[in-house]
Amino acid sequence: MNLEELKKIREKAQKDVELRQKGSRIRIVVGMGTSGIAAGARDVLKAFVEEISRRNLNDVIVTQTGERGLASQEPMVEVFEEGKPVVVYGNITVEKAKRLIAEHVVNGNPVSEYAIEVM
Amino acid sequence: MDKEAILKKFKPTLDNILYILHDLQDENPQHYLSKDDIKVCADYLNIPYSYTHSVASFYTMFSMKPRGRNIIRLCDSPPCHLMGSKSLLDYLQRTLKVTTGETTKDGIFTLELTSCLGACGVAPAMMVNNEMFGNLTPEKVDTILDKRRKEL
Amino acid sequence: MNRVRNHVLISIDAGTIMAGARAVEKALTEEIVRQGLSDEITVLETGSIGATGQGVIIVVYPEGVYYGNVTVQDIPQLVEEHLLKGRLVKRLLLSELPKQHVVTKEKTGLLKEQPRIVLRNSGIIDPENIDEYIAREGYEAIGKAFSLKPEGVIEEIKKSGLIGRGGAGFPTAMKWGFAHNAPGDQKYIICNADEGEPGTFKDRLILEGDPHKLIEGMIIAGYAIGATKGFIYIRGEYSLSIERLEKAIAQARQYELLGDNILESGFSFDLSVMKGAGAYVCGEETALIESLEGKRGHPRLKPPFPAIAGLWHKPTVVNNVETLANIPEIIWRGATWYRGYGTEKCPGTKVYTIIGNVATPGIIEAEMGTTLRDIIYEYAGGIKEGKKFKCALVGGAAGAFLGPDMLDVQMDFANLKEYAAVLGSGAILVMDEDADIVDMLQSVLHFFKHESCGHCVPCRLGTAQLVKVIDRIAASKGIKEDIEKLSNISDVMRDTSFCPLGQSLCLPISSALKYFHDEVYARIPL
Repeated sequence: MNLEELKKIREKAQKDVELRQKGSRIRIVVGMGTSGIAAGARDVLKAFVEEISRRNLNDVIVTQTGERGLASQEPMVEVFEEGKPVVVYGNITVEKAKRLIAEHVVNGNPVSEYAIEVM
Repeated sequence: MDKEAILKKFKPTLDNILYILHDLQDENPQHYLSKDDIKVCADYLNIPYSYTHSVASFYTMFSMKPRGRNIIRLCDSPPCHLMGSKSLLDYLQRTLKVTTGETTKDGIFTLELTSCLGACGVAPAMMVNNEMFGNLTPEKVDTILDKRRKEL
Repeated sequence: MNRVRNHVLISIDAGTIMAGARAVEKALTEEIVRQGLSDEITVLETGSIGATGQGVIIVVYPEGVYYGNVTVQDIPQLVEEHLLKGRLVKRLLLSELPKQHVVTKEKTGLLKEQPRIVLRNSGIIDPENIDEYIAREGYEAIGKAFSLKPEGVIEEIKKSGLIGRGGAGFPTAMKWGFAHNAPGDQKYIICNADEGEPGTFKDRLILEGDPHKLIEGMIIAGYAIGATKGFIYIRGEYSLSIERLEKAIAQARQYELLGDNILESGFSFDLSVMKGAGAYVCGEETALIESLEGKRGHPRLKPPFPAIAGLWHKPTVVNNVETLANIPEIIWRGATWYRGYGTEKCPGTKVYTIIGNVATPGIIEAEMGTTLRDIIYEYAGGIKEGKKFKCALVGGAAGAFLGPDMLDVQMDFANLKEYAAVLGSGAILVMDEDADIVDMLQSVLHFFKHESCGHCVPCRLGTAQLVKVIDRIAASKGIKEDIEKLSNISDVMRDTSFCPLGQSLCLPISSALKYFHDEVYARIPL
């Protein structure tokens, strides 16, 4: 690999990140750092995946990220939707995850009680 | 994996000693370094048994006596202490009917204390084997223990 | 712990502000306090709620009841009837529910705008996907570093004024310079990821959340000092960090960003992860090197310093994770840009773990020189449950207790030294008015007794004696002389211990006694 190739990979990677968003209507990102996992993020991630497949939501994807630093709000979840502000949810549980799918993802109503920030 | 296969993963050089000891302990059904484990490691690295034992006994993650199927490591460093780890320790000792360093009669749990786990944002915290749990309360501990009891 | 019973949302947008939303909000907050409900009810601002021409709009959760055209005069009735007695105020109910409401915008300090240099990608990218790192200009800095000579890289770091973030506060460029100039056919770069200082998990955020940044920093460091081999020594308890880092290294190898002739520069470099096994003392660089070599983790006599004779007696640089994570940013954006942050003596940012009795514990990255008050009250939401600040243990277990008089001191490595305090690992453990200082000191001393490696006598015996004394005081069985004993033993340990573990214990003891001598004294029976 040389600098030129690195640049190409970067351009392609930037496009992929964009495309990934475009190819799917909604992207759910779960914070999977140690604090998140200790607070139950693995179960939350699982709940999202199961709920999405149960409802056949082909245009929704779930990805993971590290820890943002807001330990008291873990597990944290962000919902990206094209053309809309990003909604950050805190203290998500399996039950809350199911409600997020039903209300935010399916019906388009962000659940304000769980939201800690809109970006 | 048998011991021979574990050893073969690493070059027989001294800097691999911690890796070999980690793997031997992980593969030991009783989660500790038996005399035989230490001996095979010493022989493989061509170093004295006493030297291997001295290294193994220096590090707190290695145990020289048999342990239960689940190793509970409760953090008792100042941050978790401030957030109430002491009362959790009392609770764990009462519930499991063991003191620190002991294994329950049924062999399911070993209770240990550990220094800071770096999960202070969700203190009090503990590890069960390789899994981290935070924001602990007696109720949460019960749920975690129950789940492990049911596993075979 | 308090449980919030109701959330009251007040819609703040151009329309509602014109209708007097700010005044209503003020009246609402005051009325809730007046009725003694402030522990159970939280008032939150939200954006537009999707209903216009209905004046000031208030939503009460969990019921999800919408009130419209609310005025200041309506507030006493609303609070009394709905929030206190649980009865709806029918005349204020919104006739038609908005189809879609916009979510709350609560102020959470830890998400506040922070100058994130080190934590730029943590919590943003997928740490298990190298492409996401590259998409955010990852690995660009190594290209730039290769275009400078190794001396040029060291010069740039020198200009940036970067100081090691491990705790000792040593200039990074100087360390690199020593190793660069030291004669030797083989040199090593080691990343100290044996993060064991109680209350610290800043390195973990980088290891777990942005492992490629560390790898990139190590490649540059290796190039600068002339090392072809690097090690990352991680504590064994950080299983997720180990897993993510090993994945990241494999991906970097696949992209030929590790290995021979990186980016066709002629420079070759490779990395291995070394898993520790639970020993606090291995955070000390020479003990870490011993452990890496496969020995008990005992510190070595210095000099020679590792930069001259380190791992297998070859020139070796040991840098902290946070230090190395700064490197790609400095090289890529330049030293001048970096100096735009922080203080003259300590440029850049510092990652703090802010924990204990604060409303929102967690991690923040703030400019060097930020005050303790700002960190606690601006970022961490203040003291939990509205209690009073008692003190904070700053810098980890080997740090100092700081009282209210230190809240407005600018914190950086140089400045805190003047107050007989340390920045250390950047851990800030906050205690409220209810915290028991003897209990905390006991916890600190027990920690050191457990972690003393036994290599030198003052530390091995000193920590044991200190624990005996503090246990006695905690059990209200101490004698007057015990307090003096704590100081004396720790002073002797400072002067005679072999490594910083024993030397630094005097700090928590002397600072605790400085602020809380009377509280400790009160535990001594007359």
